[in-house]
Amino acid sequence: MPRNAKTIFNRRAKEAWFLTMPALLMLFGVAGWPLFRTFFYSFTDAALDTPDEYSLVGLTNYLGWVDGEAIGVLADPLWWRSVVNTLSFAAVSVTCELILGMAVALLMHQSLRGRGLIRTAVLIPWAIPTIVSAKMWGWMFHDQYGVVNDILSRLGLIDHPVAWIAEPFLSMCAVVIADVWKTTPFMALLLLAALQTIPTSLYEAARVDGASAWTRFWHITIPLIRPAMIVALIFRAMDALRVFDLIYVLTSNSEATISVSGYARDQLVGYQKMGTGSAASVLVFLMVTMVAACFLYFNRIAAGSGEK
Amino acid sequence: MAITPRAEKIALRTALYIGAALTGVVCVFPFYNAVLTSLRTGQDLFLPRYLPTAFSLDNYVYALGEAGIGRSLLNSVIVAVLTVGLCLVVSITASFALARIRFAGSKTILFVVLCVSMFPQVAVLSGMFELIRFLGLYDHLGALVVSYATFSLPFTIWVLTTFMRTIPTEIEEAAIVDGASIAVIIRSVFLPILGPSLVTTGLLAFIGAWNEFMFALTFVISPSNRTVPVGIAFLQGASQYELPWGSFMAASVAATIPIVVLVLIFQKRIVSGLTQGAVKE
Repeated sequence: MPRNAKTIFNRRAKEAWFLTMPALLMLFGVAGWPLFRTFFYSFTDAALDTPDEYSLVGLTNYLGWVDGEAIGVLADPLWWRSVVNTLSFAAVSVTCELILGMAVALLMHQSLRGRGLIRTAVLIPWAIPTIVSAKMWGWMFHDQYGVVNDILSRLGLIDHPVAWIAEPFLSMCAVVIADVWKTTPFMALLLLAALQTIPTSLYEAARVDGASAWTRFWHITIPLIRPAMIVALIFRAMDALRVFDLIYVLTSNSEATISVSGYARDQLVGYQKMGTGSAASVLVFLMVTMVAACFLYFNRIAAGSGEK
Repeated sequence: MAITPRAEKIALRTALYIGAALTGVVCVFPFYNAVLTSLRTGQDLFLPRYLPTAFSLDNYVYALGEAGIGRSLLNSVIVAVLTVGLCLVVSITASFALARIRFAGSKTILFVVLCVSMFPQVAVLSGMFELIRFLGLYDHLGALVVSYATFSLPFTIWVLTTFMRTIPTEIEEAAIVDGASIAVIIRSVFLPILGPSLVTTGLLAFIGAWNEFMFALTFVISPSNRTVPVGIAFLQGASQYELPWGSFMAASVAATIPIVVLVLIFQKRIVSGLTQGAVKE
């Protein structure tokens, strides 16, 4: 490289760092540093209102023994309850969203009259703030005056009003339904965008060869939209694992529905225990990271075997 | 009677239309129901109804005025606008560098950016508490602007970088030859082309800031500083003898209408922004 070009190159590189600096400072200062401090506080006994007065307590916030009794987040049955709640919520709602999202995407991909209208309607649940949708569904699930019980009893499916929000299992169902309603559109739009990239000639060729609609779906559509599907799944799974606001408002963080994020925030803000809350936050972080890593790992294996 | 291909086709079309109608109804119904409820008062709330039966604005008057949701709406607008401004200014320069300048470390930066977008918010909550207090922003809308702008950076930088890479280099080479500085190149060459992308990413950042709950719930205490989601979560009924759901729904509708209007106007931009990242990878 001629000398002159090299100095220009170096100058440009310096400028590049200068231009990215504000973004990096914000990401480091407002995301990275607090994350680091959360890790740090998880090894202390600090209280939320006096974060400067603390002593290091090792791993006690995670798991420790006092007078022969186990203490710490990992010894708290409510923590394990919240882990089970979060994992089952994420698994069930993301699965439903994938199936329904695929159905809606295929529907929107057809040349139907009024297709534009459906595409607009689908954006409404996505646009509604989560807190608002929690309130709306809370009202619809109201045991005495809600429309859900009314519709179900008119259809003859129930003979007495169901306490959606009070019964443990049903309250989780209510949370899943509200979440699926709100986030299926996102899934459907991503899948639709992927469907639109498939050349129609592929389908025509398959039809000429006499492939049934089902065969065309499994052997053309699914393999071709798989990359987009995986991305959508990862996005949604990460989102579902950190669920907080929906449950906080719809079921008031009840034991049957509390999520890991809700548990961590309760410890931190509700009980003012900065140490325990931070430890729970760190565990949430590790859990989400592990699930993301699993996704990427299995995706790579599946992609690898597909190429052979 | 044998089923002819024609009959089969008609049956399929009918099924598709029924499916489409059902999808539309399910998507819109909860909002429709909220609007109906918000217009009803008193005894009227005790019976589920599916058609408009009343048109009373009492709930809105109470929710927006006395209950403070009007104030919360204003706070949300302030927070969301400042968030979008800060986020766009910071990410335009960063994406320009990431997309147009080859330098060691650019890949690492993009990877870090992607990692931050996967963060569960609760993981930074206690560290953020300390930071917000240190900055003197506790119970202040500024706390929300700083945190929202930071957490919308990854997505914005990602989309803008992807977009800027698609712009042919000739455009800026001409400007470089003319001796234009980077500031001039960004301002007069890139900004005009970036317009549509900025609208998309700005809108998504706006909606994100409008909807965020956990930080708003944790870092703001005074009722007068609440944003709309927190305002709605803490809303109380006008009196304990009346079902509070009329005012809850009025507040919900008021909080949703600005967003729904934006979405209806910029529908195409939003959909392309949402799907861009995922489909191209």
